[in-house]
Amino acid sequence: MSEEVSAEILTTHILDLAAEGKRLDGRGPDDYRPISIEPGFVATADGSALVRIGDTAALCGIKLEPGKPFPDTPNAGVLTTNAELIPLSSPTFEPGPPQPGAIEVSRVVDRAIRAAETIDLTRLCVTPGEKSWVCYVDIHILDHSGNLIDAASLAAVSALSHAVVPAKRFEIAEADYPLEVNHYPIECTFVRLGDTIVVDPTFDEERAAQGRITVATDEVGRVVAMQKGLVGAFSPDDVKDIVRRAFRHGEKHRELAKGVRA
Amino acid sequence: MGSVGAKEVPVLLSPEGLRIDGRKLDELRPIKIQVGTLHNADGSAFVEWGANKVMAAVYGPREVHPRHLQQNNKAVIQCKYNMAAFAVDERKRPGLDRRSQEISKVIGEAFESVVFAEEYPRTSIDIYIEVLQANAGTRCAGLVAASMALADAGIPMVDLLPAVAVGKVAGKIALDLKKEEDNFGEADLPMALVPQSGRLVLLQMEGHMTEEELAQSLDLGVQGCRAIYEKMKEALRERYSTGPVGGSS
Repeated sequence: MSEEVSAEILTTHILDLAAEGKRLDGRGPDDYRPISIEPGFVATADGSALVRIGDTAALCGIKLEPGKPFPDTPNAGVLTTNAELIPLSSPTFEPGPPQPGAIEVSRVVDRAIRAAETIDLTRLCVTPGEKSWVCYVDIHILDHSGNLIDAASLAAVSALSHAVVPAKRFEIAEADYPLEVNHYPIECTFVRLGDTIVVDPTFDEERAAQGRITVATDEVGRVVAMQKGLVGAFSPDDVKDIVRRAFRHGEKHRELAKGVRA
Repeated sequence: MGSVGAKEVPVLLSPEGLRIDGRKLDELRPIKIQVGTLHNADGSAFVEWGANKVMAAVYGPREVHPRHLQQNNKAVIQCKYNMAAFAVDERKRPGLDRRSQEISKVIGEAFESVVFAEEYPRTSIDIYIEVLQANAGTRCAGLVAASMALADAGIPMVDLLPAVAVGKVAGKIALDLKKEEDNFGEADLPMALVPQSGRLVLLQMEGHMTEEELAQSLDLGVQGCRAIYEKMKEALRERYSTGPVGGSS
């Protein structure tokens, strides 16, 4: 049987189950898969975390290097986020330049971190207009079993939370110090399966989905980023409900990310 | 956390003949091999070798992409070695570079020498090696990981491919260089062995060695490969033995 045909059958099954409030892996619509965070997984990085959400795995490594501030923000450091959907992680990924999917993951993760002011970029400035820290957030997707945005962003926030500024190594200060983290944005993704909206979709659920929404919330009650993706539509009431659920899940996941503080 | 390159040459060999990390000249770094670590791949493995962390995945035999690479009489073996941006002290720009393309090529050719590719005409066997943390010897660690991933995927092969690098530190031939030894050493010679035939299917060298030193290095490397081979078989048994009831395979 071809991959397309089996995917079609699975999709029908997933939608039938969802109509009864059930899911293929036995979860309820608002159950998240188990999460584990392994901080400090990469010793060559200044901060790192391996995050698993069910069978999905994302590894984030932070690198801090001295560089030059952008001319339009001379008093701020630089933050860049990059996600790689490497072909190791899924039979559907191919080697080569970043595909739109990888770019979307990077940008949605970047937006939440930036909008939540996770890192105060002015604190990364060393000499205005001349020298500042460049904070590279590199995310490697190792295993793609759905919900890459949440896995990537939790890995990024946990890795930032665990990061140490290598100030001594670059002779900028007497000693290294933990990176200041002011806020903990947590992204939470939902998909529509018929009339049911489920949290934390698996790969097969994403393929069956009629629309996806990611909501990033922080600990002071702000929504800091959103992204609707895939083909499908949501009513404003759907969105309000999703935001309420995102805050609830966010609270739990935030404690995990805070728990790895360096 | 690594330092941005110590400016002075460290003492690579103590008066007692011990190396920077206390190893003897013919001693390997600790190696830990796990098989079947990824959910999506047909075969996968994770190798921690000294301070190296390398993940490998195998997909296939499957349709060939791009199509024109398809061969009518055998499977094509496509290998991609890649290093994460955060795997080294100074951030590496993500993506393909000339070094990783060369390593991908020689590793792929090493596997072409042992895989029964003619069993799977018009297919592709794709090998992906991801270096997550690097500390010298990543191509050998990658080769070992890929070899385990191929076995995990059930791809028929002549044999597993243990690999190791031999080098020269402070004028002495040494097995399995770590980063400081590689940076300040005088030679580096990675190799991969087919244990059954005793032949080498990957061999590279950079540096300075006399003819005698090279001969000695080859012998030491083969000895190292044989030790690694035992660890590889052990890791497979760990993954696939069914315990006393079913008997071990």
